[in-house]
Amino acid sequence: MAVDLLTLAFQRPHIDWHGIAPELVLLGVGALITLVDIVFLEKARPITAALAGLGLLATAVPLLTLAADGTDRVMFDGAYVVDEFSLVMKAIFLLSAYVVVLLSTNYVAEGDYWENEYYGLLLASVMGMVMMASARDLVSIFVALELLSIPAYLMVAWRKRDLRSNEAGLKYYLMGVFASAVMLYGMSLLYGVSGSTMLDDIGTAVAAAGSSVPVVTMAIVFIVAGFAFKVSAVPFHTWAPDVYEGAPTPVTAFLAVASKAAGFVALLVLVLVAFPSASDVWEPLVWILAAASMTVGNMVALRQTNVVRLMAYSGIAQTGFMIAPLAVAGHGGGSADQALSAVVTYLAIYAAMNLGAFAVIIVLARKTGSAETTSFAGAFHYAPGLTVAMTIFLFSLAGIPPLGGWFAKFEVFRVLATAGEPWGYVLAAVGAVNSVIALYYYAALARRMWADDAPDGDHAPVPMTPSLASALGICGIVTLAFGVAPQLVARFTDVTLAALGG
Amino acid sequence: MENLLDGWGITLATFSPLVGVAVMMLIPKEREDQHKLIALVTSLWVAFVGVLLLIWFDLDHTDKLQYVVDKVWIDVISSRYAVGIDGMSLPLILLTMLVVPLCIVYSWNHFPDPVNPKAFLILILILETGMIGTFVAQDLVLFFVFFEVVLLPMFFMIAVWGGDDRRYASLKFFLYTLFGSALMLVSFLALFFLTGADTFTFSGLADAVAAGGVSRNAQLWIFGGMFLGFGIKVPMFPFHTWLPDAHTQAPTVGSVILAAVLLKLGTYGFVRIAIPILPEAAVSWAPWIGLLAVVGIIYGALGCLAQTDMKRLIAFSSVAHMGFVMLGIATLTDFGINAAIMGMVAHGLITGMLFFLAGSVKERYHTLEISRLGGLLVQAPRMGWIFGFCAMASLGLPGLAGFWGEFPAILSAYNPGNGVPVETFRTFMVIAALGTVLAAGYLLWLLQRAAFGTPPEEFADDPHITDTTKHEWISWAPLLALIVAIGIYPNLVFRVTDGAVDASLTPCLSVEGEAAEKLDCAEVYKIGHDDGHGDGHDDDGHGDEHDDEHDDEHAASGN
Repeated sequence: MAVDLLTLAFQRPHIDWHGIAPELVLLGVGALITLVDIVFLEKARPITAALAGLGLLATAVPLLTLAADGTDRVMFDGAYVVDEFSLVMKAIFLLSAYVVVLLSTNYVAEGDYWENEYYGLLLASVMGMVMMASARDLVSIFVALELLSIPAYLMVAWRKRDLRSNEAGLKYYLMGVFASAVMLYGMSLLYGVSGSTMLDDIGTAVAAAGSSVPVVTMAIVFIVAGFAFKVSAVPFHTWAPDVYEGAPTPVTAFLAVASKAAGFVALLVLVLVAFPSASDVWEPLVWILAAASMTVGNMVALRQTNVVRLMAYSGIAQTGFMIAPLAVAGHGGGSADQALSAVVTYLAIYAAMNLGAFAVIIVLARKTGSAETTSFAGAFHYAPGLTVAMTIFLFSLAGIPPLGGWFAKFEVFRVLATAGEPWGYVLAAVGAVNSVIALYYYAALARRMWADDAPDGDHAPVPMTPSLASALGICGIVTLAFGVAPQLVARFTDVTLAALGG
Repeated sequence: MENLLDGWGITLATFSPLVGVAVMMLIPKEREDQHKLIALVTSLWVAFVGVLLLIWFDLDHTDKLQYVVDKVWIDVISSRYAVGIDGMSLPLILLTMLVVPLCIVYSWNHFPDPVNPKAFLILILILETGMIGTFVAQDLVLFFVFFEVVLLPMFFMIAVWGGDDRRYASLKFFLYTLFGSALMLVSFLALFFLTGADTFTFSGLADAVAAGGVSRNAQLWIFGGMFLGFGIKVPMFPFHTWLPDAHTQAPTVGSVILAAVLLKLGTYGFVRIAIPILPEAAVSWAPWIGLLAVVGIIYGALGCLAQTDMKRLIAFSSVAHMGFVMLGIATLTDFGINAAIMGMVAHGLITGMLFFLAGSVKERYHTLEISRLGGLLVQAPRMGWIFGFCAMASLGLPGLAGFWGEFPAILSAYNPGNGVPVETFRTFMVIAALGTVLAAGYLLWLLQRAAFGTPPEEFADDPHITDTTKHEWISWAPLLALIVAIGIYPNLVFRVTDGAVDASLTPCLSVEGEAAEKLDCAEVYKIGHDDGHGDGHDDDGHGDEHDDEHDDEHAASGN
């Protein structure tokens, strides 16, 4: 009797197997790696990295078939959605993760760290990101967020014999949990207002309640603040430099690119789907976050002597640029769509150029054993190719045409100018001034590599490995190609959310 | 013969240097001779394409864009790969194509430290692509991209091959220029949005603005943003401070390219973009541009008088000369802008030459301290005479190219375009004329101190001090010949530029015409104009028939 009742109450939801195929493949590969580790133990070490890399590429195959299919898929009563936006973001996550695997291959092996667990955790974290791109209700967003964060806490502390790595792991964990708590509180308030965890329903409820209701305002502020931690926007950025410096450099690259992008995905979805009607609350908030991130990030970056910390602050400043289009996304008439495309474009280009910069840092640090800017001096004399590559990445980050970064910045400026209101122009001007400040430290580092003398006159060539070389090649070609023919990236990032009627 | 380059000639000329770069990348840097050869052949090939472009250029329709290509480039932002050449850009493109091979020849056997010809020549070729691209672009986004492409190679040229203070100078150069162009980009975007034209092409935007899509206030702001971008590049006072540092620290060839071509990107931006697209705003800004131009003329000249370093002195003279160019542009007349383009070409040839000379002097004496130099005419007589010749050309001696840049610019200020305050510009004219006296002063003084007299003791028996070498002759002769040729027959340039300038000012004149009617100033303009015309006859003397013709046309369209 009881069994009958249960079967009556539980109706298996319709599952669109094609729609969740990428997640299934990724899950399969993750399980396979764990299994291989259990069965073959140490003998499996040499192949895990390759397995993880191939797995990530295999996951991209169902993405392609889904893209070719082209229909928006809504699953689990709207909690999980496959649309243009989610497909593009998943592709960005998978490709960045693939490059991170390439970067990690030698780093993890040579450091004599545990490898199988490392790649297993990496894949788990990527799984969280891939889910985040499709999550459209509060619960699945939160689950995805924790799934991507918890493995990352462990990976940050992977250099377990290094005190700084431990400190970084703990710091990242505490800050991350704190941010999650703040965000959860905001989410609970939203649930209280709307009585639903679905973003669509919340959107309707928020619109009905009107933004004057203090509870809604509080919820929005808490949620935006929580994700501001994740994307390291000022004033919630303080964890980033220490964590970046302490973590193994490939993990830093992963955090700086993929994890940040995941934070943006959630922020975009929440803001544009759940509270589009409350734009008078989040627009000023985002404006301040953007202006502060750009300015503070750049100012502090000027004083850095460690390349990884420099990249951390530059990443904070870049966050300011990425978030800026959202400050004018609530003006109706396609402004949300435009802001969305601009942020996605920025994320895609940023992934290529930032991963590339970290790749060079990893390669050079293999020789110099240090990430101080002084140890990068004179690299042009013994590693001209690497120096040219780093120059490309740095000036791309600075936004100099014809390198990819210019188009990313251009899109941001375009959205800000298109809003046609004074605040948009002011933020664009702040961005313009900031891109000059940023150029100072990017150019100074490039100049140091080109023009200065190598410390101790050490001109021995840099040890290079195939996986690092291919990581550099991928990032370099993508950065250049996106800059010369922005159509390449723009065609894919001209996306809409299914919920926005795209 | 029919025009074989139509439709692809510009693309060929712009991107050929990159092919050379690609080939050089594949050759190891130890094979220096191969690198030099490839770079030279590439640049000569580009120059050859340039000559073909000139041969097939329809000189009867210089106002029309020729060799046009207009293809979709970045669809999402409606930006197009739109390129073309008209009479305004042709002289500057040819100047670029001429200067680059000369620079390669000049540096053949003396690359500055740390030698590395491979990297140095690759940077020069990338620069060439950027420079040609900027002059041919007909789309704001494309223009912006090429405008910025130029920055990187020059930054590294100064930072790696520069003088003792290169670190500071290179960053200063980069930051100043980028600051301007970042704000310029914002104003481009504002223009794009406010016109609602859904195009970034120059002509499309100009039409959209003329149709009245943009409020006067917004136009003023947008022009202000462009003014910063182009003005810093020119450089106009008070944004000029990067120039002396960059010039002084740059390697010789870098200085030459900087002076001959890079500075022109700014002035070209004014005549190609800012004024034709935003004529109304240009009229309002004109007095301020004119003011900064004359301040630049006087300040640059006084700066020259105070310099103790020869290269720095030449750099400050650039500030003064570009002041004349900007004054010509600020008049918003056909005559003034023609003079400005002539001024750009002449300054490119002459100041480029002066920087070559400074480089050669530095190589022989290992110093550019003017007080330590002297007796160049004794030790290296040919070089001394070339130096004297260039100084004369630079101070605007009639019969040499410099004259046709300065004099018409001053003259045009007597009678500025409609809507531009006449009295103000006449005052500017007087001040600018004083500037030419100062120019004669500092250049002759420099010549006197560096070339005349007996050689100082420390260099008296220095075997390194030789006369002009073969490579120097090859790289200097074309410039010297052109300085004379244009000086004797300025129509070489004016004939090409005139039609295009006229066309670019058409919206300007019509807008001003309406404004003038409203203000009931048409009469004043007519009287002022007639005066100017008469004076033109008296002062010009011979050889200026063409410009007189021009004034007539102008009067016809103005009235």
